[in-house]
Amino acid sequence: MADFISGFWNMYVMVLVTLSILFCVFVLVSNMTKREKGPVELHGHVWDETLAEYNNPLPRWWMYLFWITIFFAIVYLAIYPGFGDKNAHRGQLSQYGTEMAQAEEKYGPIFAKYRDMDVLAVAADPEANAMGKRMFLTYCAQCHGSAAQGAKSFPNLTDDEWLWGGDPETIKATITGGRMGVMTPFGPVLGAEGVKDVANYVRSLSGLAHDSLRAQRGKEGFETNCVACHGADATGNPLLGAPNLTNKSWLYGSSEATIIETITHGRTNQMPAFGEFLGEDKVHLLTAYVLSLSKK
Amino acid sequence: MQSQATYNYKVVRQFSIMTVVWGIVGMLVGVIAAAQLVWPELNVHEFLHFGRLRPLHTNAVIFAFGGCALFATSYYVVQRTCHTRLFAPGLAAFTFWGWQLVIVLAAITLPLGYTTSKEYAELEWPIDILIAVVWVSYAIVFFGTIAKRKVSHIYVANWFFGGFILTVALLHIVNSAAIPISFTSMKSYSAYAGVQDAMVQWWYGHNAVGFFLTAGFLGMMYYFVPKQADRPVYSYRLSVVHFWALIFTYMWAGPHHLHYTALPDWTQSVGMVFSLILLAPSWGGMINGVMTLSGAWHKLRTDPILKFLITALSFYGMSTFEGPMMSIKTVNALSHYTDWTVGHVHSGALGWVAMISIGSIYFLLPRMYGKTEMYSVKLINAHFWIATIGIVLYIASMWISGVMQGLMWRATNADGTLTYSFVESVKASYPFWTIRFVGGALFLIGMLIMFYNMVKTIAGQKAYEAPVLTPAAAHA
Repeated sequence: MADFISGFWNMYVMVLVTLSILFCVFVLVSNMTKREKGPVELHGHVWDETLAEYNNPLPRWWMYLFWITIFFAIVYLAIYPGFGDKNAHRGQLSQYGTEMAQAEEKYGPIFAKYRDMDVLAVAADPEANAMGKRMFLTYCAQCHGSAAQGAKSFPNLTDDEWLWGGDPETIKATITGGRMGVMTPFGPVLGAEGVKDVANYVRSLSGLAHDSLRAQRGKEGFETNCVACHGADATGNPLLGAPNLTNKSWLYGSSEATIIETITHGRTNQMPAFGEFLGEDKVHLLTAYVLSLSKK
Repeated sequence: MQSQATYNYKVVRQFSIMTVVWGIVGMLVGVIAAAQLVWPELNVHEFLHFGRLRPLHTNAVIFAFGGCALFATSYYVVQRTCHTRLFAPGLAAFTFWGWQLVIVLAAITLPLGYTTSKEYAELEWPIDILIAVVWVSYAIVFFGTIAKRKVSHIYVANWFFGGFILTVALLHIVNSAAIPISFTSMKSYSAYAGVQDAMVQWWYGHNAVGFFLTAGFLGMMYYFVPKQADRPVYSYRLSVVHFWALIFTYMWAGPHHLHYTALPDWTQSVGMVFSLILLAPSWGGMINGVMTLSGAWHKLRTDPILKFLITALSFYGMSTFEGPMMSIKTVNALSHYTDWTVGHVHSGALGWVAMISIGSIYFLLPRMYGKTEMYSVKLINAHFWIATIGIVLYIASMWISGVMQGLMWRATNADGTLTYSFVESVKASYPFWTIRFVGGALFLIGMLIMFYNMVKTIAGQKAYEAPVLTPAAAHA
């Protein structure tokens, strides 16, 4: 019990557990009377005019049931982890370890056979593709959606636009290590009016409706603050996960209000790492499946 | 035989009426929440979406409906079986108004989003303090009445009420210990952290079931079943054994809510074996109640109040069998996080808690106005059948969808990948959620019938206070 620096609390609970079981035994033993012949008598007190009590003995079957559960409890606590951390080898961690090892032995080879195949070849393999899809629905669909078309702040994987790059090795690196996308806030630097100007300039880059006067003013702010990541031509930088601002793909939305929010407060976004959890072979198949989504 | 003093029926009457009112409110919110699962577009506003209505539903049915029923019956029973007027009537009146204030505050703060996020203990710290004050007052009134009793022996119903009152005070105060971020803020953080917090929460959570929803209602059972059947309790000895065994073992059962989590293995084991030991002590109450009827079974045909009480005991027996089974780790691995749990809770909440309360309130209401029967016995009968059908639909649909979800979540393909994505199990659950909605709506309709019957019973009647009875000569 890493939470405690001594075994005192283990002992404390063990003593109480033992006393509680002994107490159940005590109340049972001290009430094991036999049924006597003749009519059962009333216990001899009356409340509220009519309330009285018979003193029937405990039903036999009920007593046996009680004894069985007490006996089971003692045996279970003796065999499984019950008294402090004794028998930890029969605990849930070892159970998990055993089951995972069995699963690895049984299912590992099914995935391993694709290990040496090229990702593009795996993507073309119908069986591997079906397995990849099932994994996608289990591990990826929560964020990217069952159809992989994403949602606000979760990238669409079917459009061949990539924040971090869409070649097989990069997709694999994304799945394995996860990604952390950060845009710093520019509200304090630009001020409210400045942010609005830059937002209009950003909208102009992909041909969206904008206030041209503001866009003209915003160009300067963009060139001072944004090109470092999004590039001089605003087509983004996959090394930083900086999105291309000249296309129709928007991670958080393209309305003026949303872009103002993005510029003012910045954005932080995370995809968790799956490498350690799934293992290389499964990531290999998943990479192929994700690749197949955008290569129609 | 009769002295001049009367029993204090006022507070009993107030709590009885509010039991019906809050029952309707709490169950209506439950039906809305059930409908939101079937038709998600009913989540119309942040104040009214499922995540906020669900805790409002649980708090309203457990603490408003169940709580008022317990206050009403315990105040009635403790006076009648102690042959004395309620101790500290001013304090008793305070418990009524204080408890109603707690309920109203819950109904306001939960939809607004104020929550500790502890299940069944969602209310924030200022309300928790008010609950503690009301509860301590309740204890003073109850045990004060016991202390001035005119009979030597304390009737069995009062042991259960007493155990329930003491333990709930302990549970509430320990689990609600929290540090507010400031005295002007509703927000607080639990005094416990991590897995200890989880353990304290479920120690509280399961004992809320054990003491609030079981021991308290067993107290109700031990008065109203023998009273209505007009038969002596089956076995004094059995009541002693199952009372002590129940309160000793329930305390340990909480960890079964945290199987296969970060909770240490040995704690999980202790929770599981004590949940199993609980089976016999729980059934002791059922046996004692049902067997009390031996020799008077024919009364079930004609007396719908008795039908409510005995059906409640049947559901009690069923869910206290189901509970220990679900606490076994291998069963729990299938049932946990599924609708099975929801069904189990409702077989206890609707089948046991609500049925025994409804039967008892039907007994109490006319007596609060100097009568012996409700306005319409036929309507009680109709209520019984509608409620029973509602419960059966509710539980059966949740069993099926629960087991189905558990099996779908663990189904694997030949390559070890999951056969179903989570959303497929959601989709497959819709028909059962619809049936559950219908079952819940039926139960609510039953409560509306009860409300009508109550209004008709009360209309034009004068409040009544029965004279305090002198104890039977030999027992004074």
